[in-house]
Amino acid sequence: MEIIGHLLDGFLISFEPLNLGLVIFGAAVGLFIGAMPGLGSVNGVAILLPMTFLVPPTSAVIFLGAIYYGAMYGGAISSIMLGIPGASTAVATTFDGRPMAMSGKADKALVAAAAASFVGGTISVVLFTAFAPPLAEVALAFGPPEEFALMMLAFATFIGLGGDDIPKTLFSIMIGLVLSAVGLDIVSGEPRLIFLDLPGFMHGVNFLVLAIGIYGIGEMLWTVELSKGKVMISQATVTVRRVLDTLKELLGTWKTMFMGSFLGYFVGILPAAGATPGSLMAYGVAKTAAKDPESYGKGNINGVVAPEAANNAASTGSMLPMLTLGIPGSPTTAILLGGMVIWGLEPGPLLFVEHTEFVWGLIASLYSANLFSLLINIAFIPAFIWVLKLPFTVLAPVIFILCVIGGYVPTMDMHDVWLMFVFGVVGYLMRKLDYPLAPAVLAIVLGPLAERSLRQSLIGSQGDVLTFFERPISGTILIVAILLFVLPAIKLFRTRVTTDGGRS
Amino acid sequence: MRKAELSMAIIMALFSIYLMWKSTELPIGWIPEEGPGGGAFSFWLSAGMLVCCIAMIVRWARRISPPSQSEEPFMDRETFSIFLTVAGSLAVMIALIHLIGVYFSVPLFMLFYMRYLGQHSWTLILPLVVATPIVTFLFFEMALKKTLPKGFTEPLFYPIYDLIY
Repeated sequence: MEIIGHLLDGFLISFEPLNLGLVIFGAAVGLFIGAMPGLGSVNGVAILLPMTFLVPPTSAVIFLGAIYYGAMYGGAISSIMLGIPGASTAVATTFDGRPMAMSGKADKALVAAAAASFVGGTISVVLFTAFAPPLAEVALAFGPPEEFALMMLAFATFIGLGGDDIPKTLFSIMIGLVLSAVGLDIVSGEPRLIFLDLPGFMHGVNFLVLAIGIYGIGEMLWTVELSKGKVMISQATVTVRRVLDTLKELLGTWKTMFMGSFLGYFVGILPAAGATPGSLMAYGVAKTAAKDPESYGKGNINGVVAPEAANNAASTGSMLPMLTLGIPGSPTTAILLGGMVIWGLEPGPLLFVEHTEFVWGLIASLYSANLFSLLINIAFIPAFIWVLKLPFTVLAPVIFILCVIGGYVPTMDMHDVWLMFVFGVVGYLMRKLDYPLAPAVLAIVLGPLAERSLRQSLIGSQGDVLTFFERPISGTILIVAILLFVLPAIKLFRTRVTTDGGRS
Repeated sequence: MRKAELSMAIIMALFSIYLMWKSTELPIGWIPEEGPGGGAFSFWLSAGMLVCCIAMIVRWARRISPPSQSEEPFMDRETFSIFLTVAGSLAVMIALIHLIGVYFSVPLFMLFYMRYLGQHSWTLILPLVVATPIVTFLFFEMALKKTLPKGFTEPLFYPIYDLIY
């Protein structure tokens, strides 16, 4: 019952005029960002984070949370209308959303996507409300070895479940950690890794510089390359009657919605997984479990419902480890976590004790962000279709300028703007060569925490590495992490054995 | 693609060695009573990066990773020229900020991008080019109180400062 009391307090905070306004504004901005091909929640949150210094931290994170949600709704719009995913999280939505639009049922697909997003979002926020406080309570007992073990687990998920080239994934994690070590040594206070003795490195490499470099400039370069060709926009006729008819039809898909929501939520908790694989998995499960799997890919409404419920649920899921353990569950939450550090809020279980207003205000505003995203989405479908018609050569310079100014504002140093530009260009080139970049962003945010907890643990144990394994919780977590690290090797070994067996 | 994959791995390997060397400026071993030295964390991670790079080069030689199998060019001529124009104009804009400040380089960049790359009409370009710096000023300098760099154009803003501060 304590939870309900906290939640009510949270609603009071989220209904303050400023916060409510920011939820509505954030949801609209998120929908807009999500609808633009190429830009998703992570890009929006990275580019706009420096602008939120205008409002108090709680309001800022409420605004960014609403963007996160809105972008998940918005991604479906360009998937359906253009056949191009608005963000990677909406890839699975194109499979059936596009065929529906081609056969004149674009409005149906859009409403189905919005309604499924709402159900996915709501179920996952309820799960979140129930799970977060007990998890935070458990986490309060964690010391430096447990913290370090958890971070290893987060990185291990990228190796075991990420599915990218393993040396490249490891490289990405380690370069992120090294970049986080630039600046002053946390223990002795001596300067270290001051490249070329440039004074700009003394204050370290701000995570936002890397995040805006990769998700702002790098992403735009990527999109500029992709958007060379012309695309065709489908027509959608939206009337109240048709919306009501669709909603009636959607009642029949409740099973798919629930499956997608639960699956998405739990996949979303894992740092390496998140909304994109969550939505693809939900699509796969819906198709396998269906009585008529052959109708999928040809415009089956369940094929839109499953991934859309899952990607919204996953975005809430990824907030669970961020708020309770201080380990982000996705690149977007990694940036939110970095933002919390800037605002002076120490992430982790103590938030639930020391900053109850912040935590519950955020949770309550997720409920309202969900509702407003749904309403704005359905009411303004024509406006978002207009957004898709905006020429990219008008949007691109504006976004580049936002990146440059956003890179300057946190430290007021042109050095950081140049660094961001370099990260953007190098990141773009690396991405073309299949280097995963999300692990680097996660690593630069977690780096200072990882180094501190590692050194504290080692000092505490007089240099005995076994300390991590002797404590029951950190030992268990580390063993799971090690299993995940070796998982790809086992898989490789097994495929070799089976192919050899096939030959003989 | 094959060349690009190998070049990137070699460049990153060299960068890792540089990082390892740079880390040794601080003690990288164990200091009694103090724990690991300040350079240890970054030294061992850079060593790990080097190992990863070597693994990438081995995988390149054995043609395991997808980019090392691909015969496609890393960037075709058209992509490369777009990349150079966009990244180049962005670099010029950032360089110009040092000289003439944000409020003059931003409109120049927009003008170049929308007119040269987008070929949009002046009726679309001009309002945007004029409005963007004004909105930027109102938001950052007035609302956020963050002064953006102005280069030698700073004196032009003195009257506005007098007005708002």
